[in-house]
Amino acid sequence: MAVLAPVLAPVLAPVLAVVLAALGAALLFAALGRDPLACLHTLFIAPLADRNGWSELALKATPLLLCAIGIAVGVRANVWNIGAEGQFTMGAIAGGATALVLGPAGGWYVLPLVLLAGIAGGAAWGGVAALLRTRFNAHEILVTLMLSYVAIQVLGWLVRGPMQDPEGFNFPQSRLFDPSALLPALFEGGRVTVAAVFAVLTVPLGALLLGRTVMGYRLRVVGLAPGAARYAGFSERGAVWFCLLLSGGLAGLAGICEVAGPIGQLMPSISPGYGFAGIIVAFLGRLQPVGIVFASLLMALLYLGGESLQITQQLPLAATGVIQGMLLLFLLAADVLTLYRPRWVRRRAHG
Amino acid sequence: MLSRRSLLLVPAAATLAAGPAYAATAPLKIAFVYVSPIGDAGWTFQHELGRRALDAAMGAAVKTSFVENVEEGADAERVIRKLAADGNDLIFTTSFGYMNPTLKVAGSFPSKKFEHATGYKRAVNLATYSARFYEGRYAAGVLAARMSKTGVFGYVAAFPIPEVLQGINAFTLGARSVNPKAATKVVWTSSWFDPGKERAAADTLIAGGADVITHHTDSTSVAQAAEEKGVFSIAYNSDQSKYGPKTCLTAVTHNWNDYYIARVKAALGGTWKSIDTWGGVKEGMTRLAPYNAAVPDAVRKEVDGVMAAIGAGTRKPFAGPIADQDGKAKVAAGQAMADKDIAEMKWFVAGVQGKI
Repeated sequence: MAVLAPVLAPVLAPVLAVVLAALGAALLFAALGRDPLACLHTLFIAPLADRNGWSELALKATPLLLCAIGIAVGVRANVWNIGAEGQFTMGAIAGGATALVLGPAGGWYVLPLVLLAGIAGGAAWGGVAALLRTRFNAHEILVTLMLSYVAIQVLGWLVRGPMQDPEGFNFPQSRLFDPSALLPALFEGGRVTVAAVFAVLTVPLGALLLGRTVMGYRLRVVGLAPGAARYAGFSERGAVWFCLLLSGGLAGLAGICEVAGPIGQLMPSISPGYGFAGIIVAFLGRLQPVGIVFASLLMALLYLGGESLQITQQLPLAATGVIQGMLLLFLLAADVLTLYRPRWVRRRAHG
Repeated sequence: MLSRRSLLLVPAAATLAAGPAYAATAPLKIAFVYVSPIGDAGWTFQHELGRRALDAAMGAAVKTSFVENVEEGADAERVIRKLAADGNDLIFTTSFGYMNPTLKVAGSFPSKKFEHATGYKRAVNLATYSARFYEGRYAAGVLAARMSKTGVFGYVAAFPIPEVLQGINAFTLGARSVNPKAATKVVWTSSWFDPGKERAAADTLIAGGADVITHHTDSTSVAQAAEEKGVFSIAYNSDQSKYGPKTCLTAVTHNWNDYYIARVKAALGGTWKSIDTWGGVKEGMTRLAPYNAAVPDAVRKEVDGVMAAIGAGTRKPFAGPIADQDGKAKVAAGQAMADKDIAEMKWFVAGVQGKI
């Protein structure tokens, strides 16, 4: 058992954390005068009762997964992309502009170009931060974060100006995209699109990149031991560029997949903070691609369950927030306790 | 464009025949989708007051519920769809960004009824509703001009969409109807709810000489800023007198209570139709909150008179002559702007200092 502990602990700790959070949630539900079991069922099980529920879960998890994988690769190389939200938005803008221009002509080539434009838009926005970091040593944490707000304002301006729907009574929104620019649904009647497939594909690719390629090795060395990396001739600038372009591109892909998917047009609010939630997901998933899959599904489930709690149990939204907070707290605490053993130390009198 | 098929009347006739007692059958399930948390003032809060009024008026005949803080992006469609699938018969979606999701879900649930606030897309089972908030704004402008010493007003505004521009323009026209030199300074916050930014904008406007400030945003921070700095404010959405006991002159408020009750009665009685409602002072959908003690009787009488004239239709906020910021004539004397032009408004009247 002692031999297995290092292997089992990282797996069992999150399970324990979920169980503790569920217990805490049950107490909260009871305190609010609800049936705890019914509420837990509503939160964790009811959203997945049918095929449509799974479709919604995948739809919600897709942008989280795409953003988080890129963020995680960056953090492994000590490149902190806090602005996936901005790259997400820029991807949506670039891809959306392509959809609005090329969509009316139709044709098979429209959608691939829309997606490529989305990736390019996100990567370019990440590239701005990379340029400022490598050329002027402006730290990417600050720059990517601030560029997020710039991107959101640019989107707001575009949908009230150049990209505004001329038949939209001056409301801030673009035209609806033409069908040729929309991602196909995975199955009839569900909203989940092929974007979920892209997201799933990034998992083995991300794992391959980090675990099996020279580039991944370099990134990890730059992240873990910058001095050794310099000595070995691994370029820190290269790592910064690579990580910000990659994570920006993935966030951009997430953005275009939202607007060319369930939303179907550009509007001022296209993301409930997927880029920022992606940071939480990346760390919940321990910066490992497979872990991130579970983390993004869990986050998505909490969103869906929170909605269900409001709809069927009439619980306020804040209750869901408390449960999410408890879950994160227990997960982090479990992490700390698997890595460290607290000991009570009696203070000695110094003589 | 409106299809008013009377298919919905058929089952309704059966209900009527069974007797007028609504509660005799299962209650009508009604759901509301809110764009922000309910809080205690603001756009969503006023809709919530409507829901509570509905509960109070209809009792056991209805069962209402709500979902708050629903994002306008991809999440809205799921929430609306779930509400419909969960057996809600009538669903009110209360923000513009819910338009296309509501339309999509309405298409999938032809037996359910939907109502979307502030949008323009309708279907057989999807009605739209909004209010002429600008009518109350016009009267507020008259009040502001009477209470101001400088004739300079501050306006904290969220986004330059038609509804906001209507308010700024009507306020300025109302003010200029009593003080032709009045000017309105506009600061944009690019957010519907951002107390910090709204506060900063209000402070800037007060520092710039505005001695009555108003807002088209969702927080109470403009009224609070005015109270601290000792200038007057005119609040929006909800009565905010408790945030400005000495200085908040009144508020231009939204009142959905009567509308919701009327629509639910129509749904219960089988007369519900997909219509477009754009009510105003006359319908009681926009009102002024009780005046502050600082407002003299003569001014109260004058502003009440303006509201009454607007309600009676004898005074129209957008009656000519109206010129835009560059002095170009937009509405000729003796003419009133058509509803369509008001709905699509994208320019400022003369007297507004700011850019769209």
